[in-house]
Amino acid sequence: MKVCITSQGRDLSAQLDPRFGRAAAFIIVDTDGGDFQVVDNKQNLQAAQGAGIQAAQTVAGTGVKVVITGHCGPKAYRTLAAAGVKIYSGASGTVAEALEAFKAGKLSDTGGPDVEGHW
Amino acid sequence: MRIAVASGKGGTGKTTVAAAMAQALGECTFLDLDVEAPNAYIFIKPEILGRETARIMTPEVDESKCIACAECSRVCRFNAIAALGTVVVVFPELCHGCGACEMICEPGAISAGFREIGVMEWGKAGGIDFYNARLRVSEPMSPPLIRALKEKPESWKETVILDCPPGTTCPMLEAVRGSDFCVLVTEPTPFGLHDLEMAADALAELGIPSGVVVNRAGLGDARVHEFCRERGLEVMLEIPNDRRIAELYASGSGLLESVPEMADSMKKLVRKISGRRAA
Amino acid sequence: MSANENARTVTVISGKGGTGKTSIAAAFAVLARPVVVADCDVDAANLHLLLAPRAEQETEFMAMPIPEIDRERCTSCGECHRLCPYDAIRVTGEDPPIFEVDPLSCEACMVCKEFCPEKAIDEKDRLAGHWYVGESKVGPMVYAHLGIAAENSGKLVTEVRKAASEVARKNNSRFILVDGPPGIGCAVIASLTNADMVVAVTEATQSGLSDLKRVHDLASHFGIPLNLIINKADLNAEVTESIREWARGAKVKIVGELPYHPAFTLAMVKGETIVEWEEKAGEGAEKITPALKKIWKRVEEDLGA
Repeated sequence: MKVCITSQGRDLSAQLDPRFGRAAAFIIVDTDGGDFQVVDNKQNLQAAQGAGIQAAQTVAGTGVKVVITGHCGPKAYRTLAAAGVKIYSGASGTVAEALEAFKAGKLSDTGGPDVEGHW
Repeated sequence: MRIAVASGKGGTGKTTVAAAMAQALGECTFLDLDVEAPNAYIFIKPEILGRETARIMTPEVDESKCIACAECSRVCRFNAIAALGTVVVVFPELCHGCGACEMICEPGAISAGFREIGVMEWGKAGGIDFYNARLRVSEPMSPPLIRALKEKPESWKETVILDCPPGTTCPMLEAVRGSDFCVLVTEPTPFGLHDLEMAADALAELGIPSGVVVNRAGLGDARVHEFCRERGLEVMLEIPNDRRIAELYASGSGLLESVPEMADSMKKLVRKISGRRAA
Repeated sequence: MSANENARTVTVISGKGGTGKTSIAAAFAVLARPVVVADCDVDAANLHLLLAPRAEQETEFMAMPIPEIDRERCTSCGECHRLCPYDAIRVTGEDPPIFEVDPLSCEACMVCKEFCPEKAIDEKDRLAGHWYVGESKVGPMVYAHLGIAAENSGKLVTEVRKAASEVARKNNSRFILVDGPPGIGCAVIASLTNADMVVAVTEATQSGLSDLKRVHDLASHFGIPLNLIINKADLNAEVTESIREWARGAKVKIVGELPYHPAFTLAMVKGETIVEWEEKAGEGAEKITPALKKIWKRVEEDLGA
């Protein structure tokens, strides 16, 4: 299964980025083999509005089933949910640590946005 | 002649002046374009003769026609539409109603829906044709409502008075656009001065001639007058700082009710403005 | 949930302009010192006139890029003019007409660029203003200067608010004090995001009450508790009573009432907050400060900080 982890850097040892829409990058990992790919989110960092929506669309387009992040706002949540992607928020540490925590079942499905939306 | 009444800073007496001008003239079309905080009705006390909900276009998607091309999402500069295969999610609160998504959609899966942005009202108070609008609470964008209200009157009296929102960004620009003259109401305080500078610059940028009304004259300091001299802005009228005016204003009395002799000053102000236009 | 784990955010708004919002916010800043201050009234930013920040960090604020028609490639077909939803394409001259973008009407939707048959329209970046982090009389302050006739103030408010919350996190501050804009639109909504409490400053006038109701509806919509200050409460006893009555009905707590007093203006002329000004004037001259202290204490208690 492919999962997405929001990241401040470009590899598995980078710190997880607690933001979703304005995360520096997304690391897409295949939990079955361990292959990963980095998807930049640069164009979104400057978006006037709706960064979370665009980010959600980008991430959903990679075919992931799960997003692991710090916080997720309502617009990104709605978009990801529409694409059938589950959101596990409240993660921290490095990307690799967050991935391990997820695999060990230590993170849970948020069931809703956990921060207020903004522009 | 369209006269806009504006101010950088809020609470300087913009509505007081606009309403007093209208009442002194007796005959005019009056638009309260401060749709976020409309208060002119309190002073003009119009009899309301009609009401209409204002809407802007926002996309409606027929997913059965969607071919998952995601063009709608690509073309939207406001990130108001997300395309996830044939699932399309619209965020009306981000939509500016430009219609790009509808235009680009090849299979015609997107049509123009509408979202309510506020309510417009109109009526009469003697010879004053009155119009105002109230932005729907939680609706972020006031310029479309301001635009809609400016297009509402079917007939216009010779003089049109526009009570504009404060500030110097989109709502204020939208309101003053197309005016022949703008009266900037300020007070002689550091806040008043700072915001007057911003507003005067914005009007210069728009190419709208302007003049200044100093309200609460005698309060504060002389820097507003100095600024006007330096910039060649005419101080067209001064309204004295008088607690009595403030007290009567509090209860909803207009300037002309508390100081009837101000009617002449207001008429003179309008004459000065038309003189400036003719010159 | 607050974006910041420690700092509590209080946003001061008013609906109507000129109710004394900024003067009161500045006084709170002095009383709550040390505090992180954010001037989110970026349209008519005045708080810096009282708190005198020195900018230490300047950041450019870019507006959305707008279209620019390249005369070389343009064939004057007029499609952009026909399609523009905002009448922002100006036409000058004839034979051939020249089409130009009016940057003040343009909403940056790029419909013109997208549908230009000649692909003759480019995007042009626009500097809309700057925002600053600096040290003020009361602690770190984040504020902005918006360029002439610039737009996108909601986005700028968000930048200012987020920078303030970052500063508060680094400094482990207890409070973020936000001076919000008038009205109830885009910029106000942006300044309310993540607020733990709204303090609404109204004045005892019909207009003040009318706008207060709308601000209250907005705060309720976002589920943010609202506390009320009635300024100029001695102007008109009847109106003040009607505001109190409304507050009772709406279950809004009045944290204090202040008189209509020239001291606010006298302090402003000196570039001082009313608290500083009265302090300098000496004992017995403190007409407003004691009331403000009481109000701030109530706000603090309500925040549970």
